[in-house]
Amino acid sequence: MVEIVNRPYASAFEAHALANPDVLCLSADLTSSCEIDGFRDRHPDRFLSLGMAEQNMMSFAGGLGMAGYRPFLHSFGVFLYRRPYDQLIASVAYPRRKVRLMGFLPGITTPGGMTHQAIEDVAVMRSIPNMTILETGDATEVESICAAADSIDGPVYCRVLRGAIPRLFDTPIAVGEMRELASGSDVLVVTSGIATEEALRCRAALAGAGVSIRHLHIHTIKPFDRGALLDHIGSVTKGVVVLENHLIDGGVGSLVAEIMAEAGAGKRLVRLGLRDTFAHGGSRAYLMKHYGLDATALLAGIEDLLGAKTGIAEEDLATARVDAVHSAVKAEAL
Amino acid sequence: MHNAKTTAEVAAGIRKRVFVHAMRNNGGYLSQACSAAEQLAFLYNEALTLGAPTLPPVPPPFGGVPAADNPDYVTGAGYNGPAAPDYDRLFIAPAHYALVAYATLVEVGRMDDAGLEMFNLDGSSVEMIGAEHSPGMEVHNGTLGIGLSTAAGLAWGRKRRSEAGQVCVFMSDGEVQEGQTWEAVQAAAHHRIDNLWALMDVNDQQCDGAMDSVMEVRDIAAKFRDFGAVCVEVDAHDLDALREARATPHPGAPLIILARSSPTQGMSFLQRRFPRLHYVRFKSDDERAEMNASIAAELGIDPVDLTSEAH
Repeated sequence: MVEIVNRPYASAFEAHALANPDVLCLSADLTSSCEIDGFRDRHPDRFLSLGMAEQNMMSFAGGLGMAGYRPFLHSFGVFLYRRPYDQLIASVAYPRRKVRLMGFLPGITTPGGMTHQAIEDVAVMRSIPNMTILETGDATEVESICAAADSIDGPVYCRVLRGAIPRLFDTPIAVGEMRELASGSDVLVVTSGIATEEALRCRAALAGAGVSIRHLHIHTIKPFDRGALLDHIGSVTKGVVVLENHLIDGGVGSLVAEIMAEAGAGKRLVRLGLRDTFAHGGSRAYLMKHYGLDATALLAGIEDLLGAKTGIAEEDLATARVDAVHSAVKAEAL
Repeated sequence: MHNAKTTAEVAAGIRKRVFVHAMRNNGGYLSQACSAAEQLAFLYNEALTLGAPTLPPVPPPFGGVPAADNPDYVTGAGYNGPAAPDYDRLFIAPAHYALVAYATLVEVGRMDDAGLEMFNLDGSSVEMIGAEHSPGMEVHNGTLGIGLSTAAGLAWGRKRRSEAGQVCVFMSDGEVQEGQTWEAVQAAAHHRIDNLWALMDVNDQQCDGAMDSVMEVRDIAAKFRDFGAVCVEVDAHDLDALREARATPHPGAPLIILARSSPTQGMSFLQRRFPRLHYVRFKSDDERAEMNASIAAELGIDPVDLTSEAH
């Protein structure tokens, strides 16, 4: 049974900030939603409330960076790039300020609908010079995201999970690397964020069906180790399937496609994720199924690549984890 | 660091340099020199505590953008002196005032006049719209409205580090149409940031023309006060009034000085162009010659020799 960790970001941020005096905690009226309410209450001198004014917060953070501080901006991911995009470019990205953008509720992990769902954030951030992009996929990565982000000499955008999170890994994020979770030889499966948990649900059934999977989990999206990916692609016979909690355009799937095309990899690629569509509001499980981001969708993608059915039925997949609807740690609560 | 010129002499020098440059280069940001000459002269010649320049008098060519593989990158802030705890910092928020700001650097001895000749030339760091690598600049403000927020963040950080130096923003009134300006003022007031002050050139002009015709901003002094700033209004061309305004106490709040200016001050000929003053081009050779003679006479200098090759 996988361990579920409750609100790992809260204690991880507090520990990191207390060990690093130049780290500051900034919030734009989503303090408890980003699990920093305890930090605010215990360390008010390290906490800056900047209100519902993200444009000012972004440039203000640039100014704090000029004064030698390393501000951690806490908000939902969408609010860190859609409205304050101009400020993100001019005040943070261009001058390479050490601003840490902690974007909560990545992709469809919120029932808040279009306005709350950061589904193109990776595409946007990947195209910004000087930007680093990290994504968390389990409790251990959330616990290590602050130290990982704060090690970057420049700005960094992080997709951060909150609430009750499974522990899948036992080592912290090593920036620039990727996790090799399975070393098979038929199909390379590349996942990031919550998509990795879905891929793990398929693993036993695929092994039983005789499909040898090589599985990579991506926590560092930019910069990216192209050589390592190409080595893995060279180690499988059939091709690559990417599943991500993001549009297939501009995200990890696009990144893999670009690397394969430029290298002349000569293998098929199946990209899974949101397909040129906005999403609407609903539970995470519902949205993942509805938009084809779950284990069932990954299985179908693998079958597409293989050109054959595996014979695996939906009930053969490991049970999806569903939070209690009225749980206090339910991630969907705004 | 102060030079021997009076602030009034610096202001007159700014207008002359910008005028000569515009004449020789077939147009330019003339009205900004008219409205802001006293303000920039006041800032550099007496209001700000700045150290000696740390960059060469003749600006080096563009040295690349900030990047992990460009470790030698520097901003143009070195022309304002070092970023030491006791020194003030200045942001030129309306980056299209760059020519006026560069002329000021020359007038106060912080940049060689050869620097002005590099204005808007390919490969030069002396860019038309001031970039953060341009002389006297420390951040990009070409996207209007972000300067005050950046300054507020820097000021908050400097206060936390107990630095004596203050942070000053030279602003333009068009920026009050941007919502971010008001976000910045409310945040500066909320966090009691009082080592921050702004001098705003209120010339009632913007790119499309007179501000009232583009977007009415109404009583901005009252708005700044309502958002929590200390705000005073003065005649932008009255140096004693600027001095008095700067001395206004503003404990626990930023100070914003609204300097009511004329966009044709010292170059009355430009009144014929009202209200399209943002960037003045010549409509004909005759008009150029007429403007040359008229403005030169008003500035007390010889007309610019238009027969030599333009830069």
